[in-house]
Amino acid sequence: MNPVLRTFADGAVVAKRNLIKIKRVPDILVWTLMSPIMFVLLFAYVFGSSIDVPGGNYREFLIAGIFAQTVIFGATFTGAGLAEDMQKGVIDRFRSLPMSRSAVLFGRTASDIVTNLLSIGVMAATGLLVGWRVRTSPWEALGGLLLLLVFAYAFSWVMAYVGLLVRSPEVVNNASFMVIFPFTFIANTFVPSENLPSVLRAIAQWNPVSSVVQACRELFGNINPMAAATPDVWSLQHPVLYTLIWSGVIVAVFVPLAVRQYKRSTSH
Amino acid sequence: MIRARGLVKRYGSVTALDGLDLRVPEGRVLGLLGPNGAGKTTAVRIFTTLLVPDAGSAEVAGLDVRTDPQVVRTRIGLSGQYAAVDEHLTGFENLDMVARLYGLGRRRSKARSRELLELFDLADAGHRPVKTYSGGMRRRLDLAAALVAEPSVLFLDEPTTGLDPRSRIDLWGVIRDLVAGGTTLLLTTQYLEEADRLADTIVVIDHGRIIAEGAADELKAQVGGERVELVVGSGSDLAVARTALAELASGDVQVDEHARRLTAPVHGGAGVLMGVLRLLDTAGVVVLDVGLRRPTLDDVFLQLTGHAAEGQADEGQVDEGQAGGPGAGIPTAPHLDGDAPTIRDEEKEAVR
Ligand SMILES: Nc1ncnc2c1ncn2[C@@H]1O[C@H](COP(=O)(O)OP(=O)(O)OP(=O)(O)O)[C@@H](O)[C@H]1O
Ligand SMILES: [Mg+2]
Repeated sequence: MNPVLRTFADGAVVAKRNLIKIKRVPDILVWTLMSPIMFVLLFAYVFGSSIDVPGGNYREFLIAGIFAQTVIFGATFTGAGLAEDMQKGVIDRFRSLPMSRSAVLFGRTASDIVTNLLSIGVMAATGLLVGWRVRTSPWEALGGLLLLLVFAYAFSWVMAYVGLLVRSPEVVNNASFMVIFPFTFIANTFVPSENLPSVLRAIAQWNPVSSVVQACRELFGNINPMAAATPDVWSLQHPVLYTLIWSGVIVAVFVPLAVRQYKRSTSH
Repeated sequence: MIRARGLVKRYGSVTALDGLDLRVPEGRVLGLLGPNGAGKTTAVRIFTTLLVPDAGSAEVAGLDVRTDPQVVRTRIGLSGQYAAVDEHLTGFENLDMVARLYGLGRRRSKARSRELLELFDLADAGHRPVKTYSGGMRRRLDLAAALVAEPSVLFLDEPTTGLDPRSRIDLWGVIRDLVAGGTTLLLTTQYLEEADRLADTIVVIDHGRIIAEGAADELKAQVGGERVELVVGSGSDLAVARTALAELASGDVQVDEHARRLTAPVHGGAGVLMGVLRLLDTAGVVVLDVGLRRPTLDDVFLQLTGHAAEGQADEGQVDEGQAGGPGAGIPTAPHLDGDAPTIRDEEKEAVR
């Protein structure tokens, strides 16, 4: 079989295995879906009620940020899952089979698309309950959600690499906080980036998290018409394109890194 | 079919394999024996592409495992020392997954999985998550996984450890059928009886090096031939019994005064035993126990490595009869531990 097809076929088999596990241990899923709900409620009511965005609705402004932060945190799941797999005997089985070498990784990131889809669904539903509204067309809104998924997929490769590097699910969880918190907070996720001090502002404006959020806000129609115009930086003027470029770059860099690390960590 | 030349593998200061040479011709069974830490698992992992050796070469089915690992993987089946199955999947799902990853089609994968569950007596448990399986059930599932693609070369690392006597005998049957069908097998085991029964050639390794090699009978011959062992009723009979035994023995008679036990090498099997008994009867010696003992692989193992094989003491042996067992069918309870004096001394040394 053609190696690319083989990778997909084997990746699908591994993904199916991961999904069966989620089905058998539903606690995992419950917890992964609880946190998005909690995030939406917390931010919507705690911050959304007390912070003013000039002339507008902070709650709506927040939703896209929460979505982005949640799917990015979801990537931790990828890293921890892989780290856990690496400690299990079944990895020896995989390695003695004539399957594609990278299928374990492709399978893992693929099954995590499914978890991300679920978590986006749950967040959207919770968001609608607390008053979030799409002010464009359903198609544009779907486009926004799809862009979130794409970026989340790319980022899951970063965490896959981290998971293979540290090789312990607990460490992945801790390490990911160190990476993801600054990554998602030094951005326009929860506050307009214009309000940040100058160095942070520059970082925030070029942070791909900001462009994902900006793109979603535009596609959901949650840009406050009264607020200051979108900052005049290329990344935020073309947020969809900028996000796609970043996703492509992340995948191009981290897929080979992760695959190499997988091969390395399993052959001594 | 399987071949290793000068395999070396080091872990820091530990040399797990120290220039190992092996050869298993097509359709043959090689039993790899050795005490804990001898390097058995390391060797199996190199052959099955899980581990890269530091030096030397390994070939499976004519393919170098280093340069052609992916093709090697299509030819082999592996059941490692620890069951490599997924806890959360059912037995059926595990086998089906492995079959798909071997490249079998959807329908064939399912059919093959069912067939193997049946063969390993797991059909009833096949729809339960492996988490709920007993250790022996996992082990059998792992073995089934090794057979999914009907590989021509099979590696089994301690396949029967943890199996109950019946499952063990069943598995021996499965293995014999496979070998009869032309499968080449490399088997490691701590159960010497198993090697005795299944293997054409036995290789004993210690510290990653071969210390003995040959058919089971050849190895046993190295330790010596048959011996008569007898226990007399009173210490005062020892001298008389010794004289009587010496007449028929083919070598020195050894006496353990404390246990009132005499041991002597003999030629001629049961006939000699009868002769000994007749002489002793005439001399009026009370015999508490007598038996004809052939060396077992345990003896070989003890003598070669200086330690007892794992699991011999506690896990016991399968009831199909002791390896080399009681030759003349005379009750031999005191003989089961097989501690002929010479070997016992070695054992003491090894314990130190
Ligand atoms: N990953 C590892 N790191 C360090 N040392 C190792 C590693 N794997 C094996 N060793 C060492 O290599 C030697 C051979 O180990 P191996 O597992 O091959 O023995 P074995 O013959 O299979 O033993 P057993 O009968 O206990 O299964 C041992 O001394 C072991 O401590
Ligand atoms: Mg071992």
